[in-house]
Amino acid sequence: MAEEQAGSETTKSRGVPWGAFVTILVLCAVLTFGLAWFLTTIFQRKMEAKNPYVRLVDVTENTTDPAVWGTNWPREYDSYQRTVDVTRTRYGGSEAIPQEKLDRDPWLKKLFAGYAFSIDYRDRRGHAYMLADQEATERVTQKPQPGACLHCHASIIPTYRRVGLATMKGVPATGPSAQQIDLPNSFEWPAVMKGFEVISAMSYTGAHAELLRTPDGTPHETTPGPGGSSVTNTTPANTTGAKPGGPTTQEALAQQKHVGEAHPVSCVDCHDPKNMELRVTRPGFVTGIRRLAESDAPVPHLASIERWRRGNRKQPYDPNVDASRQEMRSYVCGQCHVEYYCGPKETLLFPWGKGLRADDIEAFWDEHKFSSGEQFYDWQHGITGAHTLKAQHPEFETWSQGVHARSGVACADCHMPYKREGALKVSDHWVRSPLLMVNRSCQVCHPYEENELKARVYTIQDRTAKQIDRAGKALDDMINAIVTAKGGGATPQQLAPALDLQRKGQWRLDFVYAENSMGFHADQETARVLGEAIDYMRQAQIVAQNLHVTPIKNPTTFPTTPVQGVTPTENAPPAPYKTEQNGQPVR
Amino acid sequence: MQTRKAAIIFAVLLGAMLGLSLFTFNYAEGFSYFSTDPMACKNCHIMNEQYDSWLKGPHHGAAKCVDCHLPHEFVPKYIAKAENGYHHSKGFTFMDFHEPIMIKPHNAAILQDSCVRCHGEFVHELVYGSRQVSQEAVQCVHCHRGVGHGARG
Repeated sequence: MAEEQAGSETTKSRGVPWGAFVTILVLCAVLTFGLAWFLTTIFQRKMEAKNPYVRLVDVTENTTDPAVWGTNWPREYDSYQRTVDVTRTRYGGSEAIPQEKLDRDPWLKKLFAGYAFSIDYRDRRGHAYMLADQEATERVTQKPQPGACLHCHASIIPTYRRVGLATMKGVPATGPSAQQIDLPNSFEWPAVMKGFEVISAMSYTGAHAELLRTPDGTPHETTPGPGGSSVTNTTPANTTGAKPGGPTTQEALAQQKHVGEAHPVSCVDCHDPKNMELRVTRPGFVTGIRRLAESDAPVPHLASIERWRRGNRKQPYDPNVDASRQEMRSYVCGQCHVEYYCGPKETLLFPWGKGLRADDIEAFWDEHKFSSGEQFYDWQHGITGAHTLKAQHPEFETWSQGVHARSGVACADCHMPYKREGALKVSDHWVRSPLLMVNRSCQVCHPYEENELKARVYTIQDRTAKQIDRAGKALDDMINAIVTAKGGGATPQQLAPALDLQRKGQWRLDFVYAENSMGFHADQETARVLGEAIDYMRQAQIVAQNLHVTPIKNPTTFPTTPVQGVTPTENAPPAPYKTEQNGQPVR
Repeated sequence: MQTRKAAIIFAVLLGAMLGLSLFTFNYAEGFSYFSTDPMACKNCHIMNEQYDSWLKGPHHGAAKCVDCHLPHEFVPKYIAKAENGYHHSKGFTFMDFHEPIMIKPHNAAILQDSCVRCHGEFVHELVYGSRQVSQEAVQCVHCHRGVGHGARG
């Protein structure tokens, strides 16, 4: 009995400890679950590292619809689509509507008097809106503009190719009777150049219609790209700029018959569809950079140009052949973010024949003549009558003068920095201000905390902004002085020197104001240009004021203390002083 | 009998988990982390730039990753390996780390120790007291930033 009892006790104590068993079971299950998940993430990372992309669909030279490319390169396409988003920094915004620069800086209306920019001039927005905003701006809707504007605001190369090939074949190339021809899957530079000339000379609306006569790679589908700019008069459904009560994008699309859609800057504009290599496609840039290479302006930041200059120059400088990959990461941006002329009087032109600085470009324009023999100017100033120049967002030129360019930092390094997606590194195609991603743009080289880096940038931008305000005041005073002189009966001959100074001064102010970095791309150069702007405009003011100042009739002398100098003669180094040594000034 | 059954089931489950653990460990190239091979440090590709620039850097012939980034004594070395291993796997799994990657103060102290281990004879006056990472301390890599690898300048 006692044994039995002991036995049953033993059985009891050796019985299954269900509580512990279940606990361990659940624990093991949870751990195994976690392990399996962990294993799959490792697998995923390994796969990411192995397959940069899979080519699921074919893209060609004529595929302007970015959605097709997005099938193969979804990561880049995802970030490209983000350019519809509103971003804001202290001095730059992407809420073009209702942000009107003309209301913020009223002197702009005086600067651009008589010119389309005095009607409508707004903050820039993301890449996705470049075409929609151009279609909507009153500069285009109220004033006739040339087709050349689309060189940069649409994915236009296949249209150039189509029109160029048709023109070269002698078949109807443009208009409703244009003959559809088979577009080859190759670049065809001569045809693109030809089409560029034909389209640039057309009206804006005519040229825009040609975009819609060109296949875009998705013939049976009419979904607009991000920003929704597929047809003229479209009202983007997904943007802050939609007009209340206007047709939706789908409705607008339904009203319009077209072969392809018009797209804003797209993959094919910067990438070779065969191998995704960077390439430049814009005729304006290719001829402009060639003009720069053939000049003797120093370009230490563009090593391939300096190398080409040392060579035999049998072939003209070709960025797609001669430039390094790092240079291409700026060149692709320089296709559009530059100063140019695209007015009605001649084909689109990048003025780089004497260099890239504001004064080099001014010298180029000063020498440049229209086919009529008249000196080049953009427009006649509406108040003073001066023949004035308009600067267009010279980002590439200004960057070229800065320390970042000099150090080999490309546009894409800061505006499209690498981002990590798993084990992959992807260049961010949401092109925007580096201030919105300091860690990926600045900190890669400058190992300081974000706020410190932002503070450095804002120091430069705040100083530039203050200086611009001063220049704006100088502009105001200059125009007023010229108006008073003109109203007081000054002759055109008497006014000519003042108007000449006005042209110089406001060109420089505009060169800085139109540039989209508030001085950051090249801070010292910007300060220099603004200093000259203020100087020229105040000079113009003095010249104009002197025209109506009564001369002093009886000048008298009064006692003055002569300038003594600071170094006693006996302690000074022996004269004569050298002012120059080996051609360099001695200071 | 019940006990035996339960034990068997338990053993099977535990074995399966152990097997999966070992497979995962091997698949993640876990054994490479016991070596001194710099290739191990770029298993996960995050360190590609550092590795590439080290290949071309001035210390390439003199030191591998672990020579500068780990203590040389056995126990501190494995503590540092475990600590960094934990942070790296956590970061790479959840992708929640700061970019660009930046060295932590503790690891910066280890690095400074390594500089002094070889170059201390020349610089002991200069770096006296610099093993404490503080605002005042002189860190060799503050100026000599590109000696190991140039990814950060």
